[in-house]
Amino acid sequence: MNTVFQNSIPGRKGVWPKEPKGNTEGDIPAYLLRDTSPKLPELSELDVVRHFTKLSRLNYSVDSNFYPLGSCTMKYNPKFTETVAALPGFSSLHPLLPQLEGGGRLAQGALEVLYNTEQLLAEITGMSAFTMQPMAGAHGELTGVMLMAAYHKHKGNNKTKIIVPDSAHGTNPATAAIAGFDVVTIASKNGIIDPEAVEKVLDDQVAGIMMTCPNTLGLFECHLQRIVELIHGVDGLLYYDGANLNAIMGKMRVGDAGFDIVHLNLHKTLATPHGGGGPGSGPVGVSPCLVDFLPVPRVIKLADGQFHLDYQHDHSIGYIAPFYGNFGVYLKAYAYILRLGREGIVRATENAVLAANYLRKRLENHLEIPYNRICMHEFVASAVGQAEKGVKALDIAKALLDKGHYAPTIYFPLIVKECLMFEPTETESKETLDLFVDDLIEILTRAETDPESIQNAPITTPVQRLDEVRAARNMDLVDDA
Amino acid sequence: MPFIPHTPSEQEAMLATIGVPSIEALFEDIPHNLRAQELGLDQGLSEMDVLQKLRALAAKNQTSLTSFLGAGFYDHYIPSAVDGLSMRGEFYTAYTPYQAEASQGILQAIFEYQTAVARLMDLEFANASLYDGGTALYEAMVMAARHTKRTRFVLSEDVSPIYRTMLKSYASNLDFELVTIAHKNCNADLNGLTEALNDQTAAIIVQNPNFFGTIQDFTELFTKAREQKIVSIISTYPIMQSLLKTPGKMGADIAVAEGQSLGLPLNFGGPYLGMMACTKALIRQMPGRIAGRTIDKNGKTGYVLTLQAREQHIRRERATSNICSNQALCALRALIYISLLGPQGLKKTAQTGIERAHYAANRLNRVPGAQVVNAPFGNEFTIRLPMPADTMVAKLLDAGFVAGFPLGRYYEGMDNHLLVACTEKTTKESIGILAELMGGAL
Repeated sequence: MNTVFQNSIPGRKGVWPKEPKGNTEGDIPAYLLRDTSPKLPELSELDVVRHFTKLSRLNYSVDSNFYPLGSCTMKYNPKFTETVAALPGFSSLHPLLPQLEGGGRLAQGALEVLYNTEQLLAEITGMSAFTMQPMAGAHGELTGVMLMAAYHKHKGNNKTKIIVPDSAHGTNPATAAIAGFDVVTIASKNGIIDPEAVEKVLDDQVAGIMMTCPNTLGLFECHLQRIVELIHGVDGLLYYDGANLNAIMGKMRVGDAGFDIVHLNLHKTLATPHGGGGPGSGPVGVSPCLVDFLPVPRVIKLADGQFHLDYQHDHSIGYIAPFYGNFGVYLKAYAYILRLGREGIVRATENAVLAANYLRKRLENHLEIPYNRICMHEFVASAVGQAEKGVKALDIAKALLDKGHYAPTIYFPLIVKECLMFEPTETESKETLDLFVDDLIEILTRAETDPESIQNAPITTPVQRLDEVRAARNMDLVDDA
Repeated sequence: MPFIPHTPSEQEAMLATIGVPSIEALFEDIPHNLRAQELGLDQGLSEMDVLQKLRALAAKNQTSLTSFLGAGFYDHYIPSAVDGLSMRGEFYTAYTPYQAEASQGILQAIFEYQTAVARLMDLEFANASLYDGGTALYEAMVMAARHTKRTRFVLSEDVSPIYRTMLKSYASNLDFELVTIAHKNCNADLNGLTEALNDQTAAIIVQNPNFFGTIQDFTELFTKAREQKIVSIISTYPIMQSLLKTPGKMGADIAVAEGQSLGLPLNFGGPYLGMMACTKALIRQMPGRIAGRTIDKNGKTGYVLTLQAREQHIRRERATSNICSNQALCALRALIYISLLGPQGLKKTAQTGIERAHYAANRLNRVPGAQVVNAPFGNEFTIRLPMPADTMVAKLLDAGFVAGFPLGRYYEGMDNHLLVACTEKTTKESIGILAELMGGAL
């Protein structure tokens, strides 16, 4: 379909703001002005509405499709949280208001939400305190590693290395590297971290380890307690990547297990929508030894019940966001936690794990499942058998699109060949899971009898397979219309 | 339980298929000594009760204020269609578009957004967005460091102090040297900045309009920078960019902006939108997602995420950035906003703000002892008061007016200086009342 620029008709007006009067360019001399207007769309409001409504229909989404994308926790995003986020009392609030003298009392509701959300996340994870500033999971990782660095610097420790298992999300090694650490990758054994592998690379220069638990294979790290001992033994810190919290929320608190830093992806476990790739929210929780290093400002509750921004933290790593993080996002997570309550949180986890195991069991005779035992909220399968006959994981993923399902995560984690990673979440019904299994079995059967039809999939989507090599080569990244 | 569809009999059937007696049996891997006790949370609330609780909290925020507070974050009018379209579930409940064939809507929108940003900034390319204007500025620094293999940065003091504190935090673990050149009467000190450049410098960083609201031309400074192979980075205000001399024309290599003004509510600080555009020479150092246009196997036009070899999920510890997401929904809102207003509508919005700010400057200049100190400016200006600005602000809060942002907090010797912002929403009447209140507060 046309781009919004191709649709543009010179001179057509859309939403027309009020006419400025008087001195419209103020005292700005001509040499400081643009010589030509930017070439942007000129459309009626209806043109714009049609264009974006049409675009929306080209998307698969949780509202319209099963979305078993592993490690992304594509659960249903309750609509009432959108009502909450749109309340003008929150959405129209200027972030600098409570930073003005006497302004704090005018933003008590927002500060209370901030405070309460931190408390709830601390309770759910067993951490001492949280910062809500990180604006996405990877941003939380960066904050966490910066906290790690600040801790070691403060103690005079000479730490240069961070251990990352080979099953980790790509953001883990990338974060450690951009924060200035050397990344030491260790191989998994039977799908989980081998404490001996940790011991082998362990020395006084190890600042910490970044772990995802359950890991990206959907397996609980059974040697967790031994790893905690080892890392703490060299005054290292344990970082918990919260991407997979939906597997253990309410069942185990990562703080109790010995982790020192945790980031949560509110857009995963706590049901805030992904927005087609953001905004996310990646709050970071810490154990007692790191509280003094958290970003400022922190929100505190005074004896008179008033909430207050507090900047008095000498060891703080400073600001990592302009204000208090993605407030509009964690407001939704806050509302979601209140709705679920202590029991709902646990039931969400239990049913997520139930659904994943059900899906695993129903697929085990049709796809190779490399670590075929009780999994947590997700599991990985391998299409190596199919690939030998020419049908790859990618082809299976594309064929699922033709059936109206979004695809599982593919080719990740990197340690499983022809990997397909399924995460059904707790909000999908049994009949959706059954339909998905039936459709997938039909695809796998057809992979034997008519592989070409799978290799050619998808055919029902708005476009068929796209030429990615051409995209990278031609770099057609902006419109020419 | 909310949002869980399974009936007890369905759960039984699923457990039977799995071959375990109970849900508890699925959690055997978690050591018993690590099991959580019952969480110290309240019982769940109904939807109605949650809404009631949150409405009560929202009511504790004072939002009937007449505000002249900006400082980089502005209260612009948001046309209804922005909400109506961006809140379609097909957009906001989708993930990052890994499966391009099933994500053409968001991919094409990102491509269109990139186009709009590149054209506003007058640079060749733009990415799919970053977290906010401050992180965009930091990522621009990292791009420059990687491109030049240098680590010294020259920074003008009139770049948002909110962002400068962020840069300081981020740079603390890296071997970056930040050299800050003091502003001169609310202007970037062009000579001072030029003199501070040397062959160790990775980038020069300026802002237009700057934090005080002053508008300047950086063409000569950027030319001098280019001669020494220094990257020129400029932080901008996108609505003003509809009429101000462009980063491209000035010779900037990277332009960044906080995109909040383009259809995003103030939201108490987020989610916002980090905009970034750059020259062709820097595209492979660009962080974040980038959408590209290509064709499918039948020759039909389509869109994909491209140049992914820069990114963490491919390159891991050698990636250009650790960033995984973008602010897709915020970028979509900005694109819809831009499409609804068009180039003329954006310009009129900018002009109305400028006109109101100049009206306000004239009125406030007549307050005894007050003096507007910078020019030329757009929709925001700095005024020196005959009393501490934070005291003035505190006094006027009681009357329901936020007079502006007191600059003394960030700038030594400027305790009496107040930063005053207007937008198209500011009325002349409210400006008149502000002038009277200020006069009365002296």
